[in-house]
Amino acid sequence: MTEVERHNYDVVVIGAGGAGLRAVIEARQRGLSVAVVCKSLFGKAHTVMAEGGCAASMGNANSHDNWQVHFRDTMRGGKFLNNWRMAELHAKEAPDRVWELETYGALFDRTADGRISQRNFGGHTYPRLAHVGDRTGLELIRTMQQKIVSLQQEDFTSYGDYEAKLKVFAECTVTELVKEDGRIAGAFGYWRESGRFVLFETPAVVLATGGIGKSFKVTSNSWEYTGDGHALALRAGAGLINMEFVQFHPTGMVWPPSVKGILVTEGVRGDGGVLKNAEGERFMFRYIPDVFKGQYADSEEEADRWYTDQEGNRRTPDLLPRDEVARAINTEVKEGRGSQHGGMFLDIASRLPTEEIRKRLPSMYHQFRELADVDITAEPMEVGPTCHYVMGGIEVDPDTAASAVPGLFAAGECSGGMHGSNRLGGNSLSDLLVFGRRAGLGAAEYVESLDARPSVSDADVTAAAKHALAPFGGPDDGGSEENPYTLHTELQQTMNELVGIIRKADEIEKAIDKLAEIRARIGRVTVEGNRQYNPGWHLAVDLRNMLLVSECVARAALRRTESRGGHTRDDFPQLDAQWRNRLLVCAATGDQPVPAVDVEVKEQLPMRGDLLELFELSELEKYYTEDELAGHPERTA
Amino acid sequence: MAYPAKLRVWRGDTTSGELQDFEVEANEGEVVLDLIHRLQATQTPDLAVRWNCKAGKCGSCSAEVNGRPRLLCMTRMSIFDEDEVITVTPMRTFPVIRDLVTDVSYNYEKAREIPSFTPPEGLEPGEYRMQQVDVERSQEFRKCIECFLCQDTCHVIRDHEENKQSFAGPRYLMRVAELEMHPLDVADRVGDAQDVHGLGYCNITKCCTEVCPEGIHITDNALIPMKERVADRRYDPIVWLGNKIFKRDGA
Ligand SMILES: Cc1cc2nc3c(=O)[nH]c(=O)nc-3n(C[C@H](O)[C@H](O)[C@H](O)COP(=O)(O)OP(=O)(O)OC[C@H]3O[C@@H](n4cnc5c(N)ncnc54)[C@H](O)[C@@H]3O)c2cc1C
Ligand code: SF4
Ligand code: SF4
Ligand code: FES
Repeated sequence: MTEVERHNYDVVVIGAGGAGLRAVIEARQRGLSVAVVCKSLFGKAHTVMAEGGCAASMGNANSHDNWQVHFRDTMRGGKFLNNWRMAELHAKEAPDRVWELETYGALFDRTADGRISQRNFGGHTYPRLAHVGDRTGLELIRTMQQKIVSLQQEDFTSYGDYEAKLKVFAECTVTELVKEDGRIAGAFGYWRESGRFVLFETPAVVLATGGIGKSFKVTSNSWEYTGDGHALALRAGAGLINMEFVQFHPTGMVWPPSVKGILVTEGVRGDGGVLKNAEGERFMFRYIPDVFKGQYADSEEEADRWYTDQEGNRRTPDLLPRDEVARAINTEVKEGRGSQHGGMFLDIASRLPTEEIRKRLPSMYHQFRELADVDITAEPMEVGPTCHYVMGGIEVDPDTAASAVPGLFAAGECSGGMHGSNRLGGNSLSDLLVFGRRAGLGAAEYVESLDARPSVSDADVTAAAKHALAPFGGPDDGGSEENPYTLHTELQQTMNELVGIIRKADEIEKAIDKLAEIRARIGRVTVEGNRQYNPGWHLAVDLRNMLLVSECVARAALRRTESRGGHTRDDFPQLDAQWRNRLLVCAATGDQPVPAVDVEVKEQLPMRGDLLELFELSELEKYYTEDELAGHPERTA
Repeated sequence: MAYPAKLRVWRGDTTSGELQDFEVEANEGEVVLDLIHRLQATQTPDLAVRWNCKAGKCGSCSAEVNGRPRLLCMTRMSIFDEDEVITVTPMRTFPVIRDLVTDVSYNYEKAREIPSFTPPEGLEPGEYRMQQVDVERSQEFRKCIECFLCQDTCHVIRDHEENKQSFAGPRYLMRVAELEMHPLDVADRVGDAQDVHGLGYCNITKCCTEVCPEGIHITDNALIPMKERVADRRYDPIVWLGNKIFKRDGA
């Protein structure tokens, strides 16, 4: 039999980003034993890179803010395709989740009266983002990491062992979920350091694995973002929704080439930075779409006044939702008004005093000075779109974060629904806290409700091990070998060019053909060396997930014949009300190592009446079909 | 623009290892990590290195370049001459796992030994009030990305395995200072700083401050003030000396 190290836990959380850590804290506080597994060192998850802030309507900077306003902004940002129940829970609970972090020791920037300061961000009506300079994600991760340490210290006091009830398995990659009779029974993986196998026997798994950006060439995401959780869930039988919606952040670095894609926080615009084309024009005023007409300033004077007087003026179109700004930049560059290196200019230098820039945006100052030889207090930055976030993910029950597979839960970027077709900046960090906690709670309640625990069969373990080791064997038929790095580059190129920011049917079809070719070659991927800390092998394993997830993105993108949020079809440039309520659900079929993907249309539940009434009928008319609005009180009255 | 750069990389594992020479293409604007990645993709697919953000934010890619502790993702190739041999080795203070990857578990163990944030009894979530000036001191320390370069460089443990037991290192002594300076924390860690975490070993050489990629003034703002707090309770000659030197510098 395969040699594996075995562990037994009540709940296993896969992922140590914001969502995973919050789930761990909740499940442990409910008295359960918890393992948290992550691919990197503890404290290095992607969340650490989040810059701008965490959205929560605490109303500290503007007392008019409340959950209803946040809810409305979120739904608008997602073009009304969001799971409204998730958006509701998120808007209502985010303030409590942020305040809770202070009890763990977080130190956010303060207002003059000593409360948590809040900053402006795209699509948010009021200054809403709790932040620490431009390193908010670091504060979130470190705070929760330290909270976990404090829970371990309590366990040390009770049991004489820090790891008695809560253990971190860092640099450990999960490759397989194991089930018994349709329910989760465990998770299988390997230690990156030694290549040895690990089996977690557990009735409940929380997936908090983050996004998929490494399937694209230009991205703000790290190597961890290979869609593992998405793929694990699919293969376990759960559905993915909204996979066609991929967010391209409008401002990534474009020069030098080695840093292309690295993020420039939206906080730059939130704090007064403006976008200009090569002619020096503030072009965003020309790109306010019909659905947002009237909500944004139409002159530079009004936009500039708005920073200091938000009651009497409308906000600057530089802060339109990300999909709008990214498309505008794309068009400007295409039409020949781009910068030397094919971007736009983002100017904060002429807008704020040097000292202020260095104080508010220290890591941006540092990043440009160190990596691009640009002093952002003296010259504009060159920026362009970069693949940043996937709105699509595992379909879950909003209240419990449960997927369709009993015992499988998901939260954070790997779950789907909350952000609809486009996520607002700052709504991810709050999403992690709200739904990370709910997932921890959901998993705990599920475990408490069980009479008997499922068990893992030896056959499943043997199969999982064989699957993981396949790349060492080389092609079965002795044919030509493939290099994982080469295949990865081809995959990234394909997704970037053919299923990127602007899409067309024939291009997506080409991408699907190319993915089929990669699928045919992926079985021949062969790696050198041994199992100890071998990045070539790690990539070979991750590549299968990237392929599977890319297929979901491409196939869903082909099906959705409209443009909405993070999905823009050149051949169907309009928002189509018929599509608003329709979700595309991806499911895995067949049992090959990289299964085939099936896409089906599913209707969402109509929004609850009291929530619908938070919007003016005239706004809903821009998104909804006539039939859907027939029952609206303003119509029936 | 592109030129063949000369890289000398330590390769090996827990049992043995050696420096190996490579020639790798370098392009405009690249950092050492880009070259390591190119090595992986073209010559040594199993070369082990840690990294995540490639933007100096996660503290994963720590190593030593020409003997100096650095983040590989923030070390520009342009600081070297084109014909210079660039030597990349793993952090020396921690046991090697493979190639550039070291076992940094020492740091996580030290983190666990420091009593956590302790808010005042009865203060409810949402009621926390603190002034910006008061949080800024601890905020400076919370910029720490846990790259452990300061730990790597500190002579107390760099070549003295035997001190690891009783010395938490600059990163975690700074964590003690951070909690001590938190406006709402009510626990007392001053005695422990000296007795448990080994503050007394530090003779304020400031080497840690020099390598910190976040530019945190570890020695001046965290370690010396902590020593002063300890000294307020008992006599410590180094603080006395440190204060002298400090005053002269500032004069
Ligand atoms: C540069 C940047 C800036 C951002 N700024 C903001 C911002 O200002 N505000 C905001 O709201 N959002 C922001 N975002 C988005 C936000 O940071 C992410 O969406 C969010 O952090 C994702 O958190 P998560 O908990 O879902 O996953 P992550 O933090 O990415 O964590 C994923 C975890 O899963 C683990 N994992 C993955 N696969 C496996 C596997 N197979 N086995 C074991 N472990 C696995 C990883 O190791 C990691 O620990 C930003 C994103 C980027 C890239
Ligand atoms: S100042 Fe103290 S902690 Fe820092 S390197 Fe010198 S001895 Fe070590
Ligand atoms: S204090 Fe500086 S050098 Fe030390 S771990 Fe933190 S960031 Fe790294
Ligand atoms: S890779 Fe994150 S600091 Fe270098």
